[in-house]
Amino acid sequence: MHVAASERTTHPVLIFWIIAGWVGFGILPWYGVEDGFWSFEWLLNGYPFDEDFAPAAFLIAQGEKLWLAPLVIPLALPLLVLGRLKSDPLFARILILTGALGFGWLIAQGFGIGIRGFTFDWLTALFGDLGDRQFGMGYGAMICATAFLFLFTQGIAARGAINGDVFVVSAIGGVIVIVTAFVFFPIAKMLFAAFVTEDGSYSITVFFAKFMDNRLWGVGCLWGARCGVAWNSLFLAIAVGFLTTVLGLAFALVVTRSGFRYKRALRALTVLPIITPPFVIGLALILLFGLSGTVTVYIADLLGVRPTRWLYGMPGVLIAQTLAFTPIAFLVLIGVVEGVSPSMEEAAQTLRANKWQVFRTVSLPLMRPGLANAFLLGFIESMADFGNPLVLGGNFDVLSTEIFFAIVGAQYDQGRAAVLAMVLLFFTLSAFYAQRAWLGKKSYTTVSGKGDAGVHPLMPSGLAIPVMAVALGWALFTALVYIMIIYGSVVDLWGVNNTLTLKHYVTAFSVRFEAEGIRWTGAAWDSFWTTITIAAIAAPLTAAVGLITAYLLTRQTFAGKNAFEFGTMLSFAIPGTVIGVSYILAFNVPPIEITGTGIILVISFIFRNMPVGVRAGIASMSQLDKSLDESSLTLGANSWQTFRRVILPLLRPAILAALVYSFVRAMTAISAVIFLVSAEYDMATSYIIGRVENNDYGLAIAYSTTLIFVMLAAVGLLQVVVGRVQIGRRTQHGSGKST
Amino acid sequence: MKKITLTLAGSLIALSASVTASYADKLTFYCSAQEEWCQLMARGFEDATGIDVNMTRKSSGETFAQIRAEAVNPKGDVWWGGTGDPHLQAAEEGLTEEYLSPMRDQLHDWAIRQAESAGNKTIGIYSGALGYGYNTDLLAANNLPEPACWKDLLKPEYKQHVQMANPNSSGTAYTTLASIIQIFGEDEGFEFMKGLHANINQYTKSGSAPIKAAGRGESTIGIVFMHDAVAQAVAGFPIKVVAPCEGTGYEIGSMSIVKGARNMDEAKQFYDWALSVDAQNLALQVNAFQVPSNKGAKTSDKAPDMASIKLIDYDFVKYGSSDERKRLLQKWDEDVSVLPQ
Repeated sequence: MHVAASERTTHPVLIFWIIAGWVGFGILPWYGVEDGFWSFEWLLNGYPFDEDFAPAAFLIAQGEKLWLAPLVIPLALPLLVLGRLKSDPLFARILILTGALGFGWLIAQGFGIGIRGFTFDWLTALFGDLGDRQFGMGYGAMICATAFLFLFTQGIAARGAINGDVFVVSAIGGVIVIVTAFVFFPIAKMLFAAFVTEDGSYSITVFFAKFMDNRLWGVGCLWGARCGVAWNSLFLAIAVGFLTTVLGLAFALVVTRSGFRYKRALRALTVLPIITPPFVIGLALILLFGLSGTVTVYIADLLGVRPTRWLYGMPGVLIAQTLAFTPIAFLVLIGVVEGVSPSMEEAAQTLRANKWQVFRTVSLPLMRPGLANAFLLGFIESMADFGNPLVLGGNFDVLSTEIFFAIVGAQYDQGRAAVLAMVLLFFTLSAFYAQRAWLGKKSYTTVSGKGDAGVHPLMPSGLAIPVMAVALGWALFTALVYIMIIYGSVVDLWGVNNTLTLKHYVTAFSVRFEAEGIRWTGAAWDSFWTTITIAAIAAPLTAAVGLITAYLLTRQTFAGKNAFEFGTMLSFAIPGTVIGVSYILAFNVPPIEITGTGIILVISFIFRNMPVGVRAGIASMSQLDKSLDESSLTLGANSWQTFRRVILPLLRPAILAALVYSFVRAMTAISAVIFLVSAEYDMATSYIIGRVENNDYGLAIAYSTTLIFVMLAAVGLLQVVVGRVQIGRRTQHGSGKST
Repeated sequence: MKKITLTLAGSLIALSASVTASYADKLTFYCSAQEEWCQLMARGFEDATGIDVNMTRKSSGETFAQIRAEAVNPKGDVWWGGTGDPHLQAAEEGLTEEYLSPMRDQLHDWAIRQAESAGNKTIGIYSGALGYGYNTDLLAANNLPEPACWKDLLKPEYKQHVQMANPNSSGTAYTTLASIIQIFGEDEGFEFMKGLHANINQYTKSGSAPIKAAGRGESTIGIVFMHDAVAQAVAGFPIKVVAPCEGTGYEIGSMSIVKGARNMDEAKQFYDWALSVDAQNLALQVNAFQVPSNKGAKTSDKAPDMASIKLIDYDFVKYGSSDERKRLLQKWDEDVSVLPQ
């Protein structure tokens, strides 16, 4: 590994962060600028003396916000290490002290002093009334905090942690801090909200009163009344998990172990859940199976019975979620079913087992981890789903929608929302934990380096026929639903006036060409461009955070790595509604005050989708042999150079996948978004909800259809580009070998 | 380091002194009416004044929740539209600002009464009577009699045909509950709600959802404000509007200024403008069939004729107070909603 002790001069990275600290303190506005992060009007509005835009140094010089003054000490301290050797124990100690003091004081003052002076009563009791207040952190405070953090990590590195590797230590520190700030902190804040009484004090009895509520745990459905929402959610999630797993397995078997011709078409199904905006499946089901739905009316006429509202409630939600999440199970199981080594099955056949015995005693048990995985994914997705229960739930309430209505409804009960969110979080985390605990320990690996050139046996015919029937039936049903979606976007008023028209597209996406250029006159353009912009900003950041985390997890070993991994993957198990509620609670007040901005949307997307970036990164990084890194390090590169010059270029497909996936997810997210949108930053999905509420199904479906095609284009582009990159890599390899 | 900062700062001040900052006025506008109307109000105000408007549309309950959550640090300036109760509740909790508009002498008495009952922290901008609508096709298909009164809805043949919103989540449904209690008295009123419960096929979350479901043919009868039912009929759905024979309650759609608004002057400018004839006439362009509060504003000929509807003397002060509201909702929750259907 590279040795830092020989460096005589101070490392430029260290100098950079020392200067950054001073810039944040002395030049940039300390507090958040109200006009927005990217607005630079403050430069012309009395900067640097105006209290709203002044840097911390100017505030203190004018005798304001004196609690910021102690920051001068940790800013000055690192000047002492200039010129010192890195091996000098003082070097590390001073930097650690600097970072800890500065960062600690920043956080302490941020939480201690808020919009109404001291935040905590005991502080007022101790120091008297402050008579001053402060708003959320701005550029200055953020840069200062970042500088302190990286000075701290450099101190740790200088003490010899991770071979004194500054890049790795800083990356670990950075990821820990942002995950803490944007995942753990809001969740903790929300948990506290569950204990707040009406007058603002904390009490455990309030929590139990809300927790033991009959609406939450009631079992009235056993005798005809209604069950609590917790049971509803649980039953639904188990049913959805089971159904999606069975259907997903059927699909996987058809694709890998049958003579079916159009396997590629079936595989295309897997892309559907990713590009489908929420609600459209629910809306299409209403138009097909609702009381006046096409199919319902047809069948009722045929049988001479009265149509019923059977769709509204558990059946409708169950069908919609199964439609939406079966492809996910399929995606998981296809890999598993393919991964079962044919040589095992061939061995069984040689031992004179018949096809059915082979399948039941060899193939199926080897698929068990995949089945568990698919079930748990279906379970978690169903728990977190918000759009389908909203549209189809009827009187069947589930946790995710109840949380929403506890916050926005006339009852306005944040405490109840927090309690419900805790129950939901408990369910999903248990599933998440079960998945990790169960799959983490057993080895079901059958793909090894040994000769594995067998062919999967076909399914036994007794199984093949029902499996084919189920899979193809369901595939046709899915196709029908999607055709209905497109059809629904071009009829005037479904069910009332079925003439074909493009008027919904015109209302949403009309443009006018004028002398000054194009005018976007359609009603949907505002939210459409906002969505594209936010998604485009969030995607590269998500990919970056995800890949750096993946690099740390696959290539480095450090204390607490397991906890680190759990923390970064956790946000996958946190339902969007919970994220939304907790972000509102945590980020509406200083020190981080970002509700109503585009930043909060970007941040929520980064942390919602980060686990995918991490997974994609881990998957492709484990394919790169570690000797590549080692040779780079041996040749004198440091780990940052290795990461940038060796690993990143080889990861291009993973990067692209993470980019496109997070872009597309950001366009279809709804559950967290609905809490976080604001006047300036309205997103496509929340606009669609508004149209659905307004009975304007035509426009909602037309908008959704447009989104589907935009996302299809994005995914298609990915396929093309990734394909080309891989080919390029092979030729490079070839030429590399020949030289 | 500091010296550089100071010289830099000095030059910047010189710069800022020489450039007169052109600062666009702006207004953050929370809107609780339907989307098109909100858009039209926002653009109309921009055209009238040149002030930039940021509009968010959310239901009155959601907006109230947001204003309460932001109370420490208000982001919105003015809140326009939505049923009056949350506006009254916001006034009661001190979330909104007292303001006496010069436009007040042009308004109907009910609009002023609304303002006075809340210490002038809110004002009426439109009103609409409660009633219900039914899908004529479905009614005929199921051979059901045409309902005309509240009590008709209790008939057993309407079982699974009636939809209303959940009073816990919707201001419309709470107005229904309060109106029924004022028409029949509390005991008989709750008996009515229990009888109605047996016929309800779904309690929706949003107030106007029942009539929209009826319009699409997903339910037969929807208890809503009559102007919402008219809007569905005008949109082309087979909906007939009913003004119940026993008399009915009504809402006063309201407007309030957020306390501590960041753009207070612009908020007041909007407030005055929204009460003017020009602004209230915009409603006709978007099929909003409420009765406007300015005496000079036009009313659509499709709108329900308020003169022919038997309106009760709705007690907004009593039924708008949060204590009474909580009591009634809890009673409804415990006595009505848990009954088997």
